[in-house]
Amino acid sequence: MPIVQAFWALIRRDLLLAFRRRAEMANPLFFFVLVVTLFPLAVGAQPNLLRAMAPGVIWVSALLAALLSLDGLFRSDFDDGSLEQMLLSPQPLSILVLGKIIAHWLVTGLPLLLVAPLLAVFLGLPEQAMGTLWLTLILATPLLSLIGAIGVALTVGLRRGGMLLSLLVLPLYVPVLIFASGAVDRAASGLPVDAQLNILLAMLLSALVLVPLPTAAALKMSVN
Amino acid sequence: MSWIPAPVSRFFHRTSSPPYFYALADRFIPWLTVIFLVLLGAGLYGGLYLAPTDYQQGDSYRIIYIHVPAAWMSLFIYVLMAVMGGIALIWRMKLAEVMLISSAPIGAGFTFVALVTGSLWGKPMWGTWWVWDARLTSELILLFLYLGVISLYGAIEEKRAAARAVSILALVGVVNIPIIHYSVQWWNTLHQGPTVSKMDKPSIHVSMLVPLLLMAVAFKFYYLIAVLQAAKLELLKRETSSQWVKALLEKQT
Repeated sequence: MPIVQAFWALIRRDLLLAFRRRAEMANPLFFFVLVVTLFPLAVGAQPNLLRAMAPGVIWVSALLAALLSLDGLFRSDFDDGSLEQMLLSPQPLSILVLGKIIAHWLVTGLPLLLVAPLLAVFLGLPEQAMGTLWLTLILATPLLSLIGAIGVALTVGLRRGGMLLSLLVLPLYVPVLIFASGAVDRAASGLPVDAQLNILLAMLLSALVLVPLPTAAALKMSVN
Repeated sequence: MSWIPAPVSRFFHRTSSPPYFYALADRFIPWLTVIFLVLLGAGLYGGLYLAPTDYQQGDSYRIIYIHVPAAWMSLFIYVLMAVMGGIALIWRMKLAEVMLISSAPIGAGFTFVALVTGSLWGKPMWGTWWVWDARLTSELILLFLYLGVISLYGAIEEKRAAARAVSILALVGVVNIPIIHYSVQWWNTLHQGPTVSKMDKPSIHVSMLVPLLLMAVAFKFYYLIAVLQAAKLELLKRETSSQWVKALLEKQT
């Protein structure tokens, strides 16, 4: 099978699998909404405070939702042995891994785009920042899936990798969080955000190229 | 690898064999300790006694003689770990794996020292123990990176597989190092800009700079001593059943 065909077949398979388990698919989304709603309860519902906190709150929640969904990236394939088949297949593993990551983003990252504006309205984020919020989500949620994939690949062979996963992945998420929430914050006060968006784009492109390699290496090590 | 002279490559091949390395480390550690103590003594004497009092910060600036070298070491060791990780992944060198994992707790220790001394200095100078400024936060993140390496290594039973996993993690985590290093220039926050590494002319007086550099070198030697000791222990743990460890034990009892 040519490599491009294998790539698309893998994405189609993962999307189909996700679609068959729709309830599971919605979980990260509910989690995202829930975490955001917890903030006004915890810090008090003053509109000014919430407006100032909105970019950070939305981004931290998106980060946690992504983290929660990561474990499913390779877990079921590891459990039922299809991961081993992928390792044995003649296609380069890093391309297959990229396919899996893209499918994961389509299932877990993309839905956040639909809910985020609603939550931003709840938190009172100024309207001029809405476009930037969308842009940062489009640029940075794939980054979360990409970076997270390395951590999952490293821990997938472990029985209790969950806590370890967050310790490994969250420090690597920090630059994404800084630039993404920084961009939304600046947009809310009417400042230009080109620099932040460019850095996010640069990070996304380099991660697209670089991440599949260590992830494939880590998977080979974990499955062994 | 024919372009490397034979004696050099022979040296590397021999050093990377565990028993030879063990003996070599044993031989070097006393010398390293002497050098370390001399440098430490000179650095502390110069820094705490000879160096003049700062016109702005008074005597409390003297904590930089611990703080700055520790912060440098925290970055240096992580980069070194990434290099070791690369070597371990490419050439499957056992010794690189051992050095990588032995470095992690030491690096974490230096990071912790840098954070604590920075905080102690921050209280009289900035009037606060902690601010969420770019450099402080990224140093804290570095501590978490170290802890991630240590706990990932601990979580995987098979030690060679664990070392490979840790190598990958160290290589991936190294992207954070430039972010920490340039954080002072990129974000305009509370932490002061670089004073020593400015190429043209350090904005720190020579009498203060010399002890600082002495301390930095002393810390490097401390790291060498600590990492050799830790690597010796790790080698013994990994090779309990091998011939040379048994011979060593027999010799000692």
